Amino acid sequence: MAQTILHKAETRGHANHGWLNSYHSFSFASYYNPERMHFGALRVLNDDTVDAGKGFGTHPHDNMEIISIPLEGDLEHKDSMNNVAVIKNGDIQAMSAGTGIYHSEYNKDREHRVKFLQIWVFPNKKNVEPRYDQITLNTEDRHNKLQQILSPNADDEGVWIHQDAWFHLGQFDKGVSSDYQFKLKGNGVYVFVLNGDIKVNDQLLHNRDGYGIWDTDSFKITAETDAEFLLMEVPMNF
Amino acid sequence: MSKTKILIIGRHPEILQTVVRLVNNNPEWECLGVQTDDEAIVAFSAQPFDLVLLGGGIEKQSEEHLCCLFRAHNPNIIIIQHYGGGSGLLTAEIYEGLRGTTLGRPL
Repeated sequence: MAQTILHKAETRGHANHGWLNSYHSFSFASYYNPERMHFGALRVLNDDTVDAGKGFGTHPHDNMEIISIPLEGDLEHKDSMNNVAVIKNGDIQAMSAGTGIYHSEYNKDREHRVKFLQIWVFPNKKNVEPRYDQITLNTEDRHNKLQQILSPNADDEGVWIHQDAWFHLGQFDKGVSSDYQFKLKGNGVYVFVLNGDIKVNDQLLHNRDGYGIWDTDSFKITAETDAEFLLMEVPMNF
Repeated sequence: MSKTKILIIGRHPEILQTVVRLVNNNPEWECLGVQTDDEAIVAFSAQPFDLVLLGGGIEKQSEEHLCCLFRAHNPNIIIIQHYGGGSGLLTAEIYEGLRGTTLGRPL
Protein backbone atom coordinates (compact mmCIF):
# COMPACT_ATOMS: atom_id res chain seq x y z
CA MET A 1 0.00 0.00 0.00
CA ALA A 2 1.28 3.46 -0.88
CA GLN A 3 2.97 5.45 1.85
CA THR A 4 2.64 9.20 1.79
CA ILE A 5 3.80 12.32 3.55
CA LEU A 6 2.33 15.80 3.26
CA HIS A 7 4.35 18.98 3.64
CA LYS A 8 2.05 22.00 3.59
CA ALA A 9 3.58 25.09 2.04
CA GLU A 10 3.42 27.07 5.27
CA THR A 11 5.38 24.44 7.18
CA ARG A 12 8.54 25.04 5.17
CA GLY A 13 11.56 26.70 6.69
CA HIS A 14 11.86 30.36 5.79
CA ALA A 15 14.80 32.73 5.61
CA ASN A 16 14.49 36.32 4.46
CA HIS A 17 17.88 37.93 3.97
CA GLY A 18 16.47 41.02 2.26
CA TRP A 19 17.93 40.36 -1.19
CA LEU A 20 17.05 36.67 -0.90
CA ASN A 21 13.77 35.29 0.29
CA SER A 22 13.99 31.53 0.55
CA TYR A 23 11.60 28.77 1.53
CA HIS A 24 13.18 25.44 2.42
CA SER A 25 11.23 22.22 2.09
CA PHE A 26 14.07 20.39 3.88
CA SER A 27 16.67 21.43 6.45
CA PHE A 28 19.07 23.92 4.93
CA ALA A 29 21.48 26.56 6.26
CA SER A 30 20.12 27.73 9.60
CA TYR A 31 16.79 25.90 9.14
CA TYR A 32 17.16 22.62 10.95
CA ASN A 33 14.19 20.31 11.48
CA PRO A 34 15.04 16.65 12.19
CA GLU A 35 11.64 15.70 10.74
CA ARG A 36 12.44 17.42 7.46
CA MET A 37 15.85 16.18 6.40
CA HIS A 38 15.15 14.65 3.01
CA PHE A 39 12.79 12.61 0.86
CA GLY A 40 14.84 9.65 -0.28
CA ALA A 41 17.75 10.99 -2.31
CA LEU A 42 16.03 14.39 -2.62
CA ARG A 43 17.89 16.47 -0.04
CA VAL A 44 17.17 20.12 -0.88
CA LEU A 45 14.16 21.88 -2.39
CA ASN A 46 14.61 25.62 -2.05
CA ASP A 47 12.06 28.07 -3.43
CA ASP A 48 14.12 31.21 -3.88
CA THR A 49 13.35 34.79 -4.83
CA VAL A 50 16.34 37.04 -5.52
CA ASP A 51 16.09 40.81 -5.87
CA ALA A 52 17.11 42.66 -9.02
CA GLY A 53 20.87 42.89 -9.41
CA LYS A 54 21.60 40.58 -6.49
CA GLY A 55 22.74 37.02 -6.16
CA PHE A 56 24.91 34.36 -4.58
CA GLY A 57 28.61 35.17 -4.76
CA THR A 58 31.13 32.52 -5.72
CA HIS A 59 30.78 29.55 -3.42
CA PRO A 60 31.79 25.90 -3.46
CA HIS A 61 29.94 22.63 -3.85
CA ASP A 62 30.97 19.02 -4.03
CA ASN A 63 29.24 15.65 -4.26
CA MET A 64 25.72 16.83 -4.97
CA GLU A 65 23.60 16.93 -8.10
CA ILE A 66 22.29 20.48 -8.23
CA ILE A 67 19.31 21.35 -10.43
CA SER A 68 18.17 24.92 -11.07
CA ILE A 69 14.78 25.75 -12.60
CA PRO A 70 13.93 29.46 -13.04
CA LEU A 71 10.20 30.10 -12.63
CA GLU A 72 10.28 33.84 -13.26
CA GLY A 73 13.20 35.84 -14.66
CA ASP A 74 16.67 34.62 -15.54
CA LEU A 75 19.72 33.55 -13.54
CA GLU A 76 23.32 34.06 -14.62
CA HIS A 77 25.59 31.18 -13.73
CA LYS A 78 29.41 31.25 -13.71
CA ASP A 79 31.57 28.39 -12.52
CA SER A 80 35.14 27.29 -12.00
CA MET A 81 35.00 25.17 -15.16
CA ASN A 82 34.80 28.52 -17.02
CA ASN A 83 31.16 27.99 -17.92
CA VAL A 84 29.13 31.19 -18.18
CA ALA A 85 25.47 30.77 -18.92
CA VAL A 86 22.15 32.44 -18.44
CA ILE A 87 19.53 30.03 -17.16
CA LYS A 88 16.37 31.52 -18.59
CA ASN A 89 12.81 31.06 -17.48
CA GLY A 90 11.92 27.90 -19.38
CA ASP A 91 15.37 26.32 -18.99
CA ILE A 92 16.64 23.67 -16.65
CA GLN A 93 20.28 23.32 -15.55
CA ALA A 94 21.86 20.30 -13.86
CA MET A 95 25.29 20.53 -12.29
CA SER A 96 27.22 17.53 -10.95
CA ALA A 97 29.50 19.04 -8.31
CA GLY A 98 31.54 15.84 -7.94
CA THR A 99 35.10 16.42 -6.76
CA GLY A 100 34.41 20.10 -6.28
CA ILE A 101 33.32 23.18 -8.14
CA TYR A 102 32.86 26.87 -7.47
CA HIS A 103 30.00 28.81 -8.94
CA SER A 104 27.97 32.01 -8.60
CA GLU A 105 24.33 32.66 -9.42
CA TYR A 106 23.15 36.19 -10.10
CA ASN A 107 20.03 38.03 -11.13
CA LYS A 108 21.51 40.37 -13.71
CA ASP A 109 18.20 42.10 -14.38
CA ARG A 110 18.30 45.58 -12.80
CA GLU A 111 14.54 45.87 -12.43
CA HIS A 112 12.93 42.50 -11.92
CA ARG A 113 13.32 39.75 -9.38
CA VAL A 114 14.09 36.18 -10.28
CA LYS A 115 12.24 33.25 -8.78
CA PHE A 116 13.72 29.81 -9.07
CA LEU A 117 13.83 26.36 -7.60
CA GLN A 118 17.12 24.95 -6.49
CA ILE A 119 16.99 21.21 -6.00
CA TRP A 120 19.78 19.00 -4.66
CA VAL A 121 19.87 15.24 -5.08
CA PHE A 122 22.42 12.88 -3.55
CA PRO A 123 24.49 11.31 -6.33
CA ASN A 124 24.78 7.57 -6.84
CA LYS A 125 28.50 7.96 -7.39
CA LYS A 126 30.83 10.14 -5.35
CA ASN A 127 33.75 12.21 -6.57
CA VAL A 128 32.76 12.30 -10.23
CA GLU A 129 34.28 14.76 -12.67
CA PRO A 130 32.30 18.01 -12.29
CA ARG A 131 30.03 18.84 -15.23
CA TYR A 132 26.92 20.73 -16.12
CA ASP A 133 24.11 20.43 -18.60
CA GLN A 134 21.48 22.98 -19.56
CA ILE A 135 18.57 22.86 -21.98
CA THR A 136 15.57 24.98 -22.97
CA LEU A 137 12.25 23.23 -22.46
CA ASN A 138 9.30 23.48 -24.82
CA THR A 139 6.32 24.47 -22.65
CA GLU A 140 3.90 22.88 -25.08
CA ASP A 141 5.37 19.49 -24.20
CA ARG A 142 3.88 19.75 -20.71
CA HIS A 143 0.48 21.14 -21.59
CA ASN A 144 -1.96 18.51 -20.35
CA LYS A 145 0.79 15.89 -20.29
CA LEU A 146 3.90 15.02 -18.30
CA GLN A 147 7.13 16.38 -19.71
CA GLN A 148 10.30 14.59 -18.68
CA ILE A 149 12.93 17.20 -17.84
CA LEU A 150 15.56 15.08 -16.09
CA SER A 151 16.70 11.46 -16.06
CA PRO A 152 19.81 9.34 -15.37
CA ASN A 153 20.45 8.96 -19.07
CA ALA A 154 22.28 11.40 -21.30
CA ASP A 155 20.40 9.97 -24.29
CA ASP A 156 16.96 10.47 -22.79
CA GLU A 157 14.66 13.52 -22.68
CA GLY A 158 15.77 16.40 -20.51
CA VAL A 159 19.05 16.91 -18.66
CA TRP A 160 20.82 14.06 -16.86
CA ILE A 161 22.33 13.53 -13.43
CA HIS A 162 24.30 10.89 -11.55
CA GLN A 163 21.28 9.32 -9.84
CA ASP A 164 18.34 7.07 -10.71
CA ALA A 165 16.02 10.06 -10.72
CA TRP A 166 13.40 11.30 -13.13
CA PHE A 167 11.76 14.73 -12.99
CA HIS A 168 8.61 15.74 -14.86
CA LEU A 169 6.75 19.02 -15.24
CA GLY A 170 3.03 19.25 -15.91
CA GLN A 171 0.86 22.21 -16.85
CA PHE A 172 -2.72 20.93 -16.75
CA ASP A 173 -6.00 22.67 -17.54
CA LYS A 174 -8.71 22.28 -14.92
CA GLY A 175 -10.16 18.78 -14.96
CA VAL A 176 -7.28 17.12 -16.80
CA SER A 177 -5.80 14.04 -15.19
CA SER A 178 -2.93 11.69 -15.85
CA ASP A 179 -1.43 8.59 -14.32
CA TYR A 180 2.22 8.61 -13.32
CA GLN A 181 4.01 5.26 -13.59
CA PHE A 182 7.15 4.90 -11.49
CA LYS A 183 10.29 4.30 -13.53
CA LEU A 184 12.13 2.22 -10.97
CA LYS A 185 10.99 -0.06 -8.16
CA GLY A 186 12.09 1.34 -4.81
CA ASN A 187 11.73 4.94 -5.90
CA GLY A 188 9.38 7.52 -4.44
CA VAL A 189 7.98 10.68 -5.99
CA TYR A 190 7.91 14.09 -4.35
CA VAL A 191 5.18 16.24 -5.87
CA PHE A 192 5.63 20.02 -5.64
CA VAL A 193 2.80 22.31 -6.70
CA LEU A 194 3.99 25.37 -8.61
CA ASN A 195 0.59 26.93 -9.24
CA GLY A 196 -3.04 26.08 -8.63
CA ASP A 197 -4.59 23.05 -6.99
CA ILE A 198 -4.15 19.40 -7.84
CA LYS A 199 -5.14 16.07 -6.41
CA VAL A 200 -2.71 13.19 -6.09
CA ASN A 201 -5.06 10.25 -5.79
CA ASP A 202 -7.44 11.67 -3.13
CA GLN A 203 -5.01 14.16 -1.58
CA LEU A 204 -5.75 17.78 -2.40
CA LEU A 205 -2.68 19.97 -2.75
CA HIS A 206 -2.41 23.73 -3.05
CA ASN A 207 0.23 26.14 -4.27
CA ARG A 208 3.75 25.21 -2.99
CA ASP A 209 2.54 22.15 -1.05
CA GLY A 210 4.84 19.15 -1.18
CA TYR A 211 3.68 15.54 -1.12
CA GLY A 212 5.79 12.41 -1.06
CA ILE A 213 4.44 9.05 -2.24
CA TRP A 214 6.24 5.72 -2.29
CA ASP A 215 5.74 1.95 -2.00
CA THR A 216 3.48 2.03 -5.02
CA ASP A 217 3.76 1.63 -8.78
CA SER A 218 1.66 4.56 -9.89
CA PHE A 219 -0.62 7.38 -8.83
CA LYS A 220 -3.19 9.67 -10.43
CA ILE A 221 -2.83 13.43 -10.76
CA THR A 222 -5.89 15.58 -11.40
CA ALA A 223 -5.89 19.34 -11.88
CA GLU A 224 -8.61 20.84 -9.67
CA THR A 225 -7.85 24.24 -11.18
CA ASP A 226 -5.49 25.20 -13.98
CA ALA A 227 -2.29 24.01 -12.38
CA GLU A 228 1.44 23.50 -12.74
CA PHE A 229 3.45 20.98 -10.81
CA LEU A 230 6.83 19.26 -10.60
CA LEU A 231 7.24 15.53 -10.00
CA MET A 232 10.60 14.36 -8.66
CA GLU A 233 11.11 10.60 -8.66
CA VAL A 234 14.14 9.55 -6.59
CA PRO A 235 15.47 6.42 -4.86
CA MET A 236 14.09 6.06 -1.36
CA ASN A 237 17.15 4.10 -0.25
CA PHE A 238 20.59 5.22 -1.36
CA MET B 1 29.95 25.07 28.38
CA SER B 2 32.70 23.40 26.34
CA LYS B 3 32.56 23.49 22.58
CA THR B 4 31.98 20.45 20.42
CA LYS B 5 35.32 19.58 18.84
CA ILE B 6 35.17 18.63 15.20
CA LEU B 7 37.88 17.28 12.89
CA ILE B 8 37.24 17.98 9.22
CA ILE B 9 39.05 16.08 6.48
CA GLY B 10 38.80 17.30 2.89
CA ARG B 11 41.03 17.10 -0.16
CA HIS B 12 40.01 20.36 -1.84
CA PRO B 13 41.92 23.11 0.01
CA GLU B 14 39.58 26.02 -0.71
CA ILE B 15 36.45 24.02 0.07
CA LEU B 16 38.10 22.76 3.26
CA GLN B 17 38.86 26.35 4.23
CA THR B 18 35.21 27.31 3.62
CA VAL B 19 33.89 24.42 5.70
CA VAL B 20 36.27 25.22 8.57
CA ARG B 21 35.17 28.85 8.53
CA LEU B 22 31.48 27.94 8.53
CA VAL B 23 31.87 25.48 11.38
CA ASN B 24 33.94 27.89 13.50
CA ASN B 25 31.26 30.57 12.93
CA ASN B 26 29.01 28.53 15.20
CA PRO B 27 29.84 29.47 18.80
CA GLU B 28 29.02 25.92 19.95
CA TRP B 29 31.64 24.33 17.68
CA GLU B 30 35.39 24.39 17.24
CA CYS B 31 37.09 22.61 14.37
CA LEU B 32 40.38 21.71 12.82
CA GLY B 33 40.66 21.07 9.09
CA VAL B 34 43.20 18.73 7.49
CA GLN B 35 43.79 17.56 3.95
CA THR B 36 45.82 14.37 4.13
CA ASP B 37 45.35 11.05 5.86
CA ASP B 38 48.61 11.47 7.78
CA GLU B 39 47.54 14.90 9.05
CA ALA B 40 44.20 13.44 10.08
CA ILE B 41 45.80 10.58 12.01
CA VAL B 42 48.23 12.88 13.81
CA ALA B 43 45.46 15.35 14.69
CA PHE B 44 43.10 12.64 15.91
CA SER B 45 45.79 11.20 18.18
CA ALA B 46 46.80 14.58 19.56
CA GLN B 47 43.47 15.75 20.97
CA PRO B 48 39.99 14.42 21.73
CA PHE B 49 37.40 15.09 19.05
CA ASP B 50 33.66 14.62 19.36
CA LEU B 51 32.94 14.32 15.67
CA VAL B 52 34.79 13.71 12.41
CA LEU B 53 33.41 15.23 9.21
CA LEU B 54 34.49 13.62 5.95
CA GLY B 55 34.52 16.09 3.07
CA GLY B 56 34.63 15.49 -0.64
CA GLY B 57 37.40 13.85 -2.64
CA ILE B 58 38.42 11.30 -0.01
CA GLU B 59 39.13 7.99 -1.68
CA LYS B 60 37.10 5.02 -0.51
CA GLN B 61 40.18 3.16 0.68
CA SER B 62 41.33 6.18 2.71
CA GLU B 63 37.88 6.62 4.15
CA GLU B 64 37.71 3.01 5.31
CA HIS B 65 41.24 3.11 6.73
CA LEU B 66 40.68 6.34 8.62
CA CYS B 67 37.30 5.25 10.03
CA CYS B 68 38.85 2.00 11.23
CA LEU B 69 41.74 3.83 12.93
CA PHE B 70 39.50 6.44 14.51
CA ARG B 71 37.07 3.87 15.90
CA ALA B 72 39.92 1.77 17.28
CA HIS B 73 41.16 4.85 19.09
CA ASN B 74 37.71 6.00 20.19
CA PRO B 75 34.77 3.62 19.67
CA ASN B 76 32.34 6.44 20.46
CA ILE B 77 33.59 8.83 17.82
CA ILE B 78 30.88 10.15 15.51
CA ILE B 79 31.89 10.07 11.85
CA ILE B 80 29.69 11.70 9.26
CA GLN B 81 29.89 12.48 5.59
CA HIS B 82 29.64 16.09 4.53
CA TYR B 83 27.86 16.66 1.25
CA GLY B 84 27.81 19.80 -0.77
CA GLY B 85 31.21 21.30 -0.07
CA GLY B 86 30.76 24.06 2.45
CA SER B 87 27.09 24.16 1.77
CA GLY B 88 23.78 24.75 3.43
CA LEU B 89 23.77 21.10 4.49
CA LEU B 90 26.59 21.45 7.00
CA THR B 91 24.68 22.62 10.07
CA ALA B 92 22.00 19.93 9.78
CA GLU B 93 24.62 17.22 9.15
CA ILE B 94 26.47 18.10 12.36
CA TYR B 95 23.32 18.40 14.46
CA GLU B 96 22.09 15.08 13.09
CA GLY B 97 25.45 13.49 13.86
CA LEU B 98 25.38 14.78 17.41
CA ARG B 99 21.87 13.32 17.77
CA GLY B 100 23.25 9.96 16.72
CA THR B 101 21.57 9.88 13.35
CA THR B 102 22.36 10.68 9.74
CA LEU B 103 19.47 11.71 7.52
CA GLY B 104 17.14 10.54 10.27
CA ARG B 105 18.72 7.06 10.38
CA PRO B 106 20.81 5.77 13.32
CA LEU B 107 24.53 5.98 12.67
